[in-house]
Amino acid sequence: MTTIYILAAVVLIVAILVVIFRLQVLSAVLKGRYEKRVGIGNDINALLFLIIFVVGLAGFWYSYNQASAFFLPAPSSEHGVKTDYMFWFTMAILVLAFVVTNALLYVFPIFYKFKEDRKAYFYPDNHKLEMIWTIIPALVMAGLVVFGYKEWTAITSPAPKNAEVIEIMGKQFAWQVRYPGADGVLGNYNYRNIDAINEFGIDMNDSASYDDFIPRELHLPKGKPVLLNIRARDVIHSVFLPHFRVKMDAVPGMPTHFWFVPTKTTAEMRIETGNAKFNYELACTEVCGRGHYAMRFLVVVDEPADYEKWKAEQESFASVNRDYAAEKAPKLVSLLPVKKTADSTSTEAPVTTPSTDSTSTKVDSTATASK
Amino acid sequence: MSSADIHLHQDHSHDHDHDHEHHELPWIRKYIFSEDHKIIAKQYLISGILWAILGGLFSLIFRIQLGFPNADLSWMKPVLGEWIQNGKLDPEFYLAMVTMHGTIMVFFVLTAGLSGTFSNFLIPLQIGARDMASGFLNMLSFWFFFLSSVVMFSSIFISTGPASGGWVIYPPLSALPQAMSGSGLGMTLWLSSMAIFIVSSLLGSLNYITTIINLRTKGMTFDRLPLTIWAFFITAIIGVLSFPVLFSAALLLVFDRSFGTSFFLSEIYIGGEALSNQGGSAILFQHLFWFLGHPEVYIVLLPALGITSEIVATNSRKPIFGYKAMIGSILAIAFLSFIVWAHHMFITGMNPFLGSIFMFLTLIIAVPSAVKAFNYIATLWRGNIIFTPAMLFSIGLVSFFISGGLTGIILGNSAIDIQLHDTYFVVAHFHIVMGSASFFGMLAGVYHWFPKMFGRMMDERLGYIHFWLTFIGVYIVFFPMHYIGIAGFPRRYYSWTGFDAFNSFADLNELISIAAILVFIAQFIFIFNFFYSIFKGRVSSLNPWRSNTLEWTTPLNPQHGNWPGDIPHVYRWPYDYSKPGHDEDFIPQNVPFSKTPHSNFPHEKDLHE
Repeated sequence: MTTIYILAAVVLIVAILVVIFRLQVLSAVLKGRYEKRVGIGNDINALLFLIIFVVGLAGFWYSYNQASAFFLPAPSSEHGVKTDYMFWFTMAILVLAFVVTNALLYVFPIFYKFKEDRKAYFYPDNHKLEMIWTIIPALVMAGLVVFGYKEWTAITSPAPKNAEVIEIMGKQFAWQVRYPGADGVLGNYNYRNIDAINEFGIDMNDSASYDDFIPRELHLPKGKPVLLNIRARDVIHSVFLPHFRVKMDAVPGMPTHFWFVPTKTTAEMRIETGNAKFNYELACTEVCGRGHYAMRFLVVVDEPADYEKWKAEQESFASVNRDYAAEKAPKLVSLLPVKKTADSTSTEAPVTTPSTDSTSTKVDSTATASK
Repeated sequence: MSSADIHLHQDHSHDHDHDHEHHELPWIRKYIFSEDHKIIAKQYLISGILWAILGGLFSLIFRIQLGFPNADLSWMKPVLGEWIQNGKLDPEFYLAMVTMHGTIMVFFVLTAGLSGTFSNFLIPLQIGARDMASGFLNMLSFWFFFLSSVVMFSSIFISTGPASGGWVIYPPLSALPQAMSGSGLGMTLWLSSMAIFIVSSLLGSLNYITTIINLRTKGMTFDRLPLTIWAFFITAIIGVLSFPVLFSAALLLVFDRSFGTSFFLSEIYIGGEALSNQGGSAILFQHLFWFLGHPEVYIVLLPALGITSEIVATNSRKPIFGYKAMIGSILAIAFLSFIVWAHHMFITGMNPFLGSIFMFLTLIIAVPSAVKAFNYIATLWRGNIIFTPAMLFSIGLVSFFISGGLTGIILGNSAIDIQLHDTYFVVAHFHIVMGSASFFGMLAGVYHWFPKMFGRMMDERLGYIHFWLTFIGVYIVFFPMHYIGIAGFPRRYYSWTGFDAFNSFADLNELISIAAILVFIAQFIFIFNFFYSIFKGRVSSLNPWRSNTLEWTTPLNPQHGNWPGDIPHVYRWPYDYSKPGHDEDFIPQNVPFSKTPHSNFPHEKDLHE
């Protein structure tokens, strides 16, 4: 019943508006408004441009100050400091160009609004002027290209030899990470080996696999280059570490890489941001399905010593899944590591929950917990 | 060449006389299956408006989700049915809305609705032709578009939902029905619809190109073409060169989806099984897609810029500043638009050296774009400006073109793009520079040529109100998105509250959503004005804006053939506004120099007659 009332009210309001509109048009015709070339509307519109410009600039200033409090904290990576600087440097040039061009665009209307007794200035071109405003942007762009090229080449250059190699794999809808263990070499993988236990498709016939471990958090050492080997196993995902200014797509069938140097530990960031609960996070930035927004993975930056300690405590995949490994590679049973203390496994339980269906979001507790 | 043209015209008018025996075409041939470019233009326009309402409505659905994440949406259940669960929007339906909003706006509104309307309407009228080179192909073009619209529209109603992988439909997400429900039948319909759309677009574009090259009236040389026509001409060429590439991408995707090929699929484990596909490249699709996708940006934008050039000159009562530079910049932009596509792919893992090349080429585009912006501003300088609604929207377009174009310089820089890629900064950028600017071009065009389309005037006061609400609203909607993007918020997120890093800006998102709803409502002022004025608007004068171009020399309601007598000849360029020595502030293109002895420059004299 209310729906009918609402509909009736809407119809009535529209009808009233139409009648008012019709009346004002008719009265305008009677007053002869349409006989003149321009009406009072011309002056109002010209003035409005000026007002909008002034109010708009004030709004720009105000909103920036309000919003900047919520921008990301200063970058936690070496290259991030440089790209952030480049961003704000470029932005300063752009804001200048924005204000100057918009000032002209909004001020000209009031200066040059129509007057019956004036004729516009016939001014079809001026090659000198056009050259100036072709060459100046070209020079500015050239500068920015050089600036950007230098940074881009540095960021995308091959990782240093001593970099910590960590594998990140995206799946619907969680991230998983794998560390190479003591030997520093990630074991081979093949997507055909993937099953409920072996989410990475690790090749158990490769001896390098036996000390690989799969923790629930991404730990990174402060001050050391980290090389992320990135892949996906179902659709395209994208690794996004906002605090480190790191982003790289995770593509099924095409491994990608990104290396960077973390510069601030989680503990340091908690002090810097004044937020005792601060955590680094890993997000997905390539749409990948219904759980795209929930692919949160916890990232921890440790002091190098703590990082080594943490690594040493981790139980390897083969050790957690001894029966599985033995079944897949009976010849390499001798390589199976001895189980570590029960204590460490209880704090950092490796992934053992079997998952049968990749669309199940239950697999990764962080993904569901993030809701 | 020109003698052949005349011959053609004579033939055509002869046919026209011949038709007089039938007197009137049957209603269905006149208004439905019409071959008259003016009717086809109106068909495109009205379809475009309907699509725009739908596309806008979809954006409101996801804006409500983003602005009011905790709201109870049960009230939408009567319309959305199962897509609302426990008062919440289904996350896949959210993605479906995002996808359909993008697809509809880019292709159905800003390509078909904008180019389809104004290329069809203005090309014959402004170059002095009786109709398109092939009226029949032109009719086919619209009806293919219509068919493609029907297919796309029907996909909204299927139980698994329409395509949901984003308007860029990257495989494997779009290729595997296991990946999301929208990648099933919805995606099949999306691909079918786009294939038909491409046919329509090609038929249209080929017709535009042929018409502009062959059917210009006597004296209408290329350096006398209005900038609208130059823009439509180049747009059509871009379309012909790039749409087939999208077609090939779609075709290969169809093969991957239905016939077991592996063009884009490799090493995939999904739904509990390892697929047999190997050796394909998901990134290949992105190259093919953006080879259309980036030129598409200019297919959308160039017609709007052309329309703006015409309107700004007419209403400043001044020649467009730097006519040749404007043509040059259109050509430069068109050329560059083909070699910058991979700036959408800086972080896909492609070769970094390739990335630097594309960064270089991308930033070059800023130069011709800057020239265009400066030339618009220089045209306003010392003008005698009349603020018609069309002029207001054109100035609004220039403002958006500058604001959105500038942030493109940041995104085109691959090093900075690492952080900003797929964040709201990108959303802000392209909605301002491509979405809003092109939309404003379309609205400006409707306000400006409405008198020629329907013989009546739109109400200018409603136009003013429409403009100011929309202009301010668009800035309120899209400007704050830059802040959200700088804060790192990713695109296509159903909700950000799961992340500590993205747990701010709830107020700002609410403001954006409210503004978006208001802007949407404000469009109904236009829609009312449009439909009301078709029937009840004041009858227009023959040349209400005192414009120079040829369309204003036709009768108030031109019939098929446009000019009842001979087609006017052209003697001058279209921008003789406020020429010194002439008593009026405009001299139409069909006025010979011999009639304006006091205003002629030394080099200006009639070459023929």
